[in-house]
Amino acid sequence: MASVLEIRDLYAGIEGQEILKGVNLTLRQGEIHALMGPNGSGKSTLAYIIMGHPHYEVYSGDILLDGESILEMAPDERARAGIFLAFQYPVAIPGVTVANFLRQAVSAVRGYTAQKDEEGPVGSNLIPMREFRKELTEAMQLVGIDPSFARRYLNDGFSGGEKKRMEILQLAMLRPKFAVLDETDSGLDIDAVRAVAEGVNRLVGPELGVLVITHYQRILNYIQPDRVHVMYDGRVVLSGGPELALQLEEKGYDWVRQQFGNAVKA
Amino acid sequence: MATERDRELLAGIGEDYEERYGFRDPEKYVFKPRPGLDHEIIDIISDMKGEPDWMRQFRHEALDIFWKKPMPTWGPDLSSINFDEIYYYIKPTDRQGRTWDEVPEEIKRTFERLGIPEAERKFLAGVGAQYESEVVYHSLKEEWEKKGVIFLDTDTALKEYPDLFREYFATVVPPSDNKFAALNSAVWSGGSFIYVPEGVHVDIPLQAYFRINAQNVGQFERTLIIAEKGSYVHYIEGCTAPIYAEESLHAAVVEIIVKEGARVRYTTIQNWAKNVYNLVTKRAVAYEGATMEWIDGNLGSKVTMKYPAVYLLGKGAHGEVLSIAFAGKGQHIDAGAKIIHAAPYTTSRVISKSISKADGRSSYRGLLKVGRGAHHSKANVVCDALLLDPESRTDTYPYIEIAEDDVEIGHEASVSKIGEEQLFYLMSRGLSEEEAATMIVAGFIEPMTKELPMEYAVELNRLIQLEMEGSIG
Repeated sequence: MASVLEIRDLYAGIEGQEILKGVNLTLRQGEIHALMGPNGSGKSTLAYIIMGHPHYEVYSGDILLDGESILEMAPDERARAGIFLAFQYPVAIPGVTVANFLRQAVSAVRGYTAQKDEEGPVGSNLIPMREFRKELTEAMQLVGIDPSFARRYLNDGFSGGEKKRMEILQLAMLRPKFAVLDETDSGLDIDAVRAVAEGVNRLVGPELGVLVITHYQRILNYIQPDRVHVMYDGRVVLSGGPELALQLEEKGYDWVRQQFGNAVKA
Repeated sequence: MATERDRELLAGIGEDYEERYGFRDPEKYVFKPRPGLDHEIIDIISDMKGEPDWMRQFRHEALDIFWKKPMPTWGPDLSSINFDEIYYYIKPTDRQGRTWDEVPEEIKRTFERLGIPEAERKFLAGVGAQYESEVVYHSLKEEWEKKGVIFLDTDTALKEYPDLFREYFATVVPPSDNKFAALNSAVWSGGSFIYVPEGVHVDIPLQAYFRINAQNVGQFERTLIIAEKGSYVHYIEGCTAPIYAEESLHAAVVEIIVKEGARVRYTTIQNWAKNVYNLVTKRAVAYEGATMEWIDGNLGSKVTMKYPAVYLLGKGAHGEVLSIAFAGKGQHIDAGAKIIHAAPYTTSRVISKSISKADGRSSYRGLLKVGRGAHHSKANVVCDALLLDPESRTDTYPYIEIAEDDVEIGHEASVSKIGEEQLFYLMSRGLSEEEAATMIVAGFIEPMTKELPMEYAVELNRLIQLEMEGSIG
C-alpha cells in the first residue's frame, strides 16, 4: 500500500515568530506535488519542519506518516522512516568523502547500523563495500555525477550546481518514500536546472513521493507535477493541476497577493 | 594497502580503553629498586646496565642539571608531580627476546592483547616492545639486517655499536636543553636505536610499542635515529598504560639525524591512560635536501607537553609537523611544533588540529624561526581548533621570529565549534547525533589520518570514536 505524508493544520515558527498558519497538504507515494509561492511565504520553513530542524517550533497541528505523528522524532529517525530533504543550501563537511558519508548514511537508513554487532569486525555495521560501490557507481551515472566525486569531500568547494546534484545523488542512494526538494533550482542556470531535473525524473516512480518547492515555474518544465499548491503567508491558498503553475508564470504572484493578501490579514 | 582482512584483525583496537589497555599484570620484576632519585639510583641503573664510564658520568651530570633547572611555569600545571615517589627504573625480565617465544609469558600476553606480534607479521619491517624500563622484545626482518639497517633497543646499541652511538648521542638534545631532557638523560633506559645506511629505503614501517604497567613508575626511553644520505625510514610508536589512581610519568627524548637527501617520518599515536604526565622532547636535524616529518597524534595522558622540532640545517631541507590533539575531560594537551630555518631555500609546513571536549584543554604552542642567511625560505603554519562544547577550551601561542627579508611565511589559525547546521544535515541523512559529531571530527582530522598507513588510520579513527562516545546529549 502506498504511504501517505499528511500535514494537518500546522502552525509553526521560529523564536516565537509564527510563520506557518495552518498548513494542510497531503502527499502520496508515487505522486509529484509542487509547492510554489513568493519569498517569505513559509515554503522553506515547512521543508525544515518536515525534516525536524531543531530551531523550529510546532505550535499546533501535526505531521503524519501513514497516520503516525513524526513530530517527536529526531531528524535521523525521520530519515530512517523514509523522509528526505534536499537542502536549498547543502552543508559542507570538510575531510569526509562523499563515498564515506554515503556508505554510513545508506547503512543507517537501511538498518545496517542498528544491527551493529559489538564484537564484530570493523565494517560489520555497514553495507558491504562491494554492494555499496556498485550502487554508488550506478547512482552517479543516473544523476550525472562524475565518479571522481566519490573521493571528494562532501560539498566542500562544490559549485552551486554540483551541490544540488549531490543532493539528488543522496536521494537516489537513500531511496526515501518522500522527498522534499527545497528550491533545488535556485541559483542554477538553465542547463544546471535541466540536469538536476533529469536526475530527479529518473528517480520518480511508484515508490517515491516528491514535494518540489520552488519560486519559479521553470523547473516544472522538466518535472511534471500531478498537483500544484500555492503558499501565501503561511498557508496553502490554492491547489490545482499543472495548469496552475502556468497561470502563475503568466500572472505572477501579485495576483495571488491581491486575491488572498487582504483576506488573510483580515 | 591493507585488505579487508587486515582491517578485521585490527577491529578491536581502540574499542574500549579500560578493557583493551586498562588491564594490569602482576608485578614479577627481577629488579625494582626504591622510589626517588639521587646519585645512588644513577649508579644502580648504570651498574645494572654495565655501561661504559662516560655514560655513567653523563647521567650524573645530567642529574645535577635536572636539579638545578626550575620547573617550567609557562605551560600546563605540573605541580602535582612528586619526584620522590616515582620509580625511576624497573627491570621486568632478565633477557630480551629475539622471538616472541623468548619473552616471558605474562609480558608476551600483554603485547598479544595489544595486537603487536600480529601487526609485526602483517605489515612491519621490525618491532621493539618496551615494558617499564626495558625493551623486552626486539626484531628486525632479515632482509633489512642484510642491507645494514640497525634496529636495536638503545641499551644494546650502546654495547654493540659504541662508537657510532657516542658520535651522535645527545648531540641533538643535550641534557641542558630543558628540565625533562635532563631528567631523561640521567635515568634513560630503553627506546630505539635506528641506523639506516646510505641509500637504503626501508619501505615498510618499523614500530616500537611502549607500555607502562606498574603504578607510580616513570618511563624514560631514549630514541636515536640516524638516516644516512639518501635513505628512508618510517618509525611508528604507540603507547598505553593501565589506569591507576597514582600518576605516572613518561619523559622521553628522541633525537633524529637526517643526512643529505634522506627522509625520516616519525609517527606517534600516544594513548596513555589519563593519569600519565607525558613530557617529551623530540628533535630532528635535517641536512641539505633532507626531509623530516613528524606525525603526532595525542589522545591520552593527563598532561602532555610536546613540541616536535626540526632544525633545517642544510640548503633545501624540508620539515613537517602534522599533529592532532584530543583533549577530553581532565586533560590538558599542550602540543605544537618548533621549526628553525637555518639554511637558505628551506621549507616547512606545520598543521595542527586540536579537539577539545568537556573541560579538556588543548593548546598549540609553536615556534617558527628563520635565521639570518636562511633566505628564500618558505614556511606555513595552520592551526585549527574544534570545540565540542561550551566548557572546552583552546589556546594558540604562535611565536614567529624572522631575521631575513626574502622569505615567505604563512600563518593561519581558526577555532570552530561543531556547527548545528552540519549536525542537522548529517542527521537528516539518518546518522544519530553522536555518529554525526564523530563524522565531523573524523573529517576535521582527516589531513592527519590520510598520512597514516591504513592500519593506523583505522586505529586512530576508532580511538576518536571512543573519545566521542557519550559526548552528546
